Amino acid sequence: MTPARRRRLIVVAVIVVGVAIAVALGLQAFRKNLLYYFTPAQVAAGNAHVGQSFRMGGLVAMGSVVRTPGSMTVHFTVTDMQKSIPVVYTGILPDLFRQGQGIVVSGTLGKNGVFVADQVLAKHDAKYMPPEVEAAIKKAQMQQRQTASLAKDPP
Amino acid sequence: MFVWFHKLASPPYFYRLAERIAPWFGWLSLIVMLAGLYGGLWLAPPDYQQGDGFRIMYVHVPSAWMSLFIYVVMAVAAAIGLIWRMKLAHAVSAAAAPLGASFTFLALATGSLWGKPMWGTYWVWDARLTSELVLLFLYLGYLALNHAFEDQRTGDRASAILALVGIVNVPIIHYSVKWWNTLHQGPTVFFGARADIPPSMYIPLFIMIIGFMLYFAAFILKRLQVEVLQRERHTAWVRELVERS
Repeated sequence: MTPARRRRLIVVAVIVVGVAIAVALGLQAFRKNLLYYFTPAQVAAGNAHVGQSFRMGGLVAMGSVVRTPGSMTVHFTVTDMQKSIPVVYTGILPDLFRQGQGIVVSGTLGKNGVFVADQVLAKHDAKYMPPEVEAAIKKAQMQQRQTASLAKDPP
Repeated sequence: MFVWFHKLASPPYFYRLAERIAPWFGWLSLIVMLAGLYGGLWLAPPDYQQGDGFRIMYVHVPSAWMSLFIYVVMAVAAAIGLIWRMKLAHAVSAAAAPLGASFTFLALATGSLWGKPMWGTYWVWDARLTSELVLLFLYLGYLALNHAFEDQRTGDRASAILALVGIVNVPIIHYSVKWWNTLHQGPTVFFGARADIPPSMYIPLFIMIIGFMLYFAAFILKRLQVEVLQRERHTAWVRELVERS
C-alpha cells in the first residue's frame, strides 16, 4: 500500500470510528428519552410523572377486561408480571387487542392511580404460527392442567 | 484473482461484462420472486393472531433487509473509492443509492400499511421506525450531495464521506428493537430452524429475500452501465460504442 493510500485509509477509519463513538455517547445520554414506553413496574416505582402524558407498555391481564354497556369505555389492567396498573380507555381498540396481548397505551396517570389512555396500540410478538398449531398447543396445555389437577386431588 | 479484479475495474471491460450478465440476474429474480410469492401467498398458512394480514411480511421484510444491505454496499464502495481512488467504486455507490432509497421507502410504506390494522396506527416515533426514516434521508442526502457539484469527482468524494458517516445508523436500525422498548417487535431469526416461525412460513420469506437480492444485482448492473457511460463520455471507447450502434 502506498503512503498516500495508507493515509487515506487512516482518515476514513478515523471518521467512521469517531462518528460511531460520538453517536454511541449521544444515544447513551438520551437513553431514557429513547424508551418508547415505560413498564408498569417503572411506573409504580415513580419513574413516570403524574399528570404528564407518557406511554406504558405491558400485557393485558387475564380476566381484567370490563366493557361498560352502552358506551365505548373499557376498563382493563396492564401488567408486566411484577406490577399491574389499571387503565380506562374510551374509543376503538385495535384488532389484536385481547387478554394476554402485549399493548402500549398512551395517556396520563391520574392521582387515583388509574391510567387514563387516549390511545391503545397493540404490540405483536415475533412469533408466527398457523392457527391449527395454536389450537393444538392450547389443547395440550389444557390436558396437562387437567392431569395436574387430577394428580393433586384424586377422585 | 488480483489481475481479474483489476480488469473488472476497467470501465470498458466492466461495461461489456454487465451487458452480458445483467439479463440473467433479471430473469432469475423474476422466477425466484414468483416462486416466493406463490409460497407466501398461497402455500403458507395464515397466522394465528394476524390471519392473512401477516402476508405483507413477504414484501416488507425483504425490502427492509435490502435497505440495510444496499447501504453497506454503498458505504464499502465509497470507502474503496476514497482510499484507492477507484473510478468504478464511486460509480457503484452512485448507482446503488437510488435503489437503496426505493427499498427503504417500500419498507416504510408496507410497514405503515401493516401497522394500521395490527398496531392501530400508521406511524409511531419508536426507535426502529425513526432510525429507518433516517436511513431514507441518508440515501436522499447522498443523492443530493452527489449531484450538487459541477465536477463529478468532487461530488463523489463529498457524498462518499456522507455515506461513511451514515454507516453508524445500520447497526442502530438492526439492534434498535433490542436496545430500546419499541412498538416494533423483536427479530424473528430465519437463518437456522427456530421455534418462532414454522418452515412453511419462513421458506417463502427466504426465497423472497434471494429474489430481491437478484433483482438488486440485475438493476445495479444496468444502472452502473449508465453511470459508466456518463462518466466516460469523453473517452474513445464510449465514442466507438455509440458510433457502432
